[in-house]
Amino acid sequence: MLRLERLHIRVGGFELRSIDLEVREGDYFVLLGASGSGKTVLLETLAGLHRPVAGRILVDGSDISRDAIQERPMALVYQDQALFPHLSVRRNVAYGLERLRLDRQEKALRLQELERTVGIGALDRRMPATLSGGEAQRVALARALARQPRYLLLDEPLSSLDCGARSGLRRLLRSLHRQGRTLLHVTHDFEEALALASRVAVLESGRIVQTGTPLEVFRHPRSQFVARFVGLRNVFQGRLESCDEGGVTMGRFHVEDHVFSVMTDEAGGPGCLLFRGEDVCLLSERPRAELPNLCHGRVTEVTPARAGLEIGVDIGVEIVALLGDEEANRLRLRPGREVWVSISSAAGRYIAEAP
Amino acid sequence: MRRLDNLHLAFTLLGGTLLLFIVAPLVAVFLRTSAPQLVQTALDPEVRRSIGLTLWTSMAATLLCAVPAIPLAWLLARRRFPLHSLVTGIIDLPIVIPHSAAGIALLGVLARNTPAGGLAAKLGIEFVSHPAGIIVAMAFVSLPFLIHSARTGFQAVPERLERAALNLGASPTRAFLTISLPLARRSILTGLVLMWARGLSEFGAVVIIAYHPTIAPVMIFERFGSYGLRHALPMTALFVLICLLLFVVLRLLAGDRDHVAA
Repeated sequence: MLRLERLHIRVGGFELRSIDLEVREGDYFVLLGASGSGKTVLLETLAGLHRPVAGRILVDGSDISRDAIQERPMALVYQDQALFPHLSVRRNVAYGLERLRLDRQEKALRLQELERTVGIGALDRRMPATLSGGEAQRVALARALARQPRYLLLDEPLSSLDCGARSGLRRLLRSLHRQGRTLLHVTHDFEEALALASRVAVLESGRIVQTGTPLEVFRHPRSQFVARFVGLRNVFQGRLESCDEGGVTMGRFHVEDHVFSVMTDEAGGPGCLLFRGEDVCLLSERPRAELPNLCHGRVTEVTPARAGLEIGVDIGVEIVALLGDEEANRLRLRPGREVWVSISSAAGRYIAEAP
Repeated sequence: MRRLDNLHLAFTLLGGTLLLFIVAPLVAVFLRTSAPQLVQTALDPEVRRSIGLTLWTSMAATLLCAVPAIPLAWLLARRRFPLHSLVTGIIDLPIVIPHSAAGIALLGVLARNTPAGGLAAKLGIEFVSHPAGIIVAMAFVSLPFLIHSARTGFQAVPERLERAALNLGASPTRAFLTISLPLARRSILTGLVLMWARGLSEFGAVVIIAYHPTIAPVMIFERFGSYGLRHALPMTALFVLICLLLFVVLRLLAGDRDHVAA
């Protein structure tokens, strides 16, 4: 098991503080963070390229934070691959094998096996400058795997690839994970994490702010930052006023002049309210029944989304509803159209501001 | 567009004038030397010995200095250490001080009556009026060309490639030999050629430390001083011709054979 204990890293003017993290064997661990949040620095520190100021990096209980780069059980795949431009694909991959001191035949067999695993057999004699982004990333993966690392560290491996290459490489990464490898992957893309990770951690301003399975983090973000990061569109800063309505603990959340009713047992105070676009219900006419958080609004924009359409509605504050194509067609939504909006009180999630 | 054309024309004229300034005196040397004179000079044993001595001493200076100069260039390119700027300044010193002064300074250290010169003499190494002295003088004045060129080459090698090599299990030495050095080789070779060429043309420092045995630039000066311009021209033409040929061949070898996409 790989464990980071109160790791403190300082590189130039950049600082990561109190990083506590646990990566279990066989995990596909994704570290999420915005650009400049220190993800790459953390990976480089694990690989031994930077010395931590304080804290420990433990592998099965042994502190490796002072070990030489070459001795660490980790191989790093750079975002831009860092392939050696003067060596052919085969020699790039073989570079990682040198340390294993294999005889010629073993080396050739190992190379063949690696090339088959990552699907680069046909690229053998090519030079890195002639490879596409996806091919280069596969070669970088093969080169890292050649070292037989216990932990494979991936620095945004999909970010510079086109859609087709990205999906191919995702399949490859999933297959490496299925083979039992432990991967630590950093990215700023939550969808990438959803598609690949068994566990995720979110890094904000040099600190880990939440850890869990991708679904846990997506459904229960612990802060406004995490909520925005995982793609929640309805995130409002405001103030909660708690009240008791017939035994159910309710709150009235004030955002500017608008008030949302929300089910929560939190005490009142400043914080933020989150709800998913899927939980926003749009109606073309005022319903006869009394619905929670019912209000009148005007459509401001209609944007195609991966699963249907995103509808921006101004109800005094701007909210976003996510509708399926059929429902959106039925309501004939277009900018300027007046609609009624309802949001279940149970759908909203209040997060108190940290003291 | 019109303005751009005028600018282009003006720059071409200015550049052409400069090229003429370099080429004209060299062409004049060849125009004023007949082919029989050139052949006769080339057959003169004293001239051949002198040119041979110049070529090998300069080559020796370059190769001997390459061993410490290339690692130093890597250090300067990769590491920030205390007095980094001072070290860079010291390397530039031979370029800024007059070469005759450099010769005097070297003589002050390497003469037999100095501790270093005395110690070398005990080991059987003579500097004054000896090829070893010529090598030292040539190395002293031409070393900055190699270090600067190699340093620029190492700076152009992305550091993450060296890090990737270390991460793949390579020792720092292996990373240097298999990644940094091959990727910087064009600049290093250019530096070696420049250092060697600069050594060939050295006069001021060499003439102080070792007038004899006579290297080509000293012999040209000697012939000019003793017999006048007419007698110095054939030797000058021959030496310039050899230098040009070697320089072109080495630049071609160093520069255009391999194109490395970093």
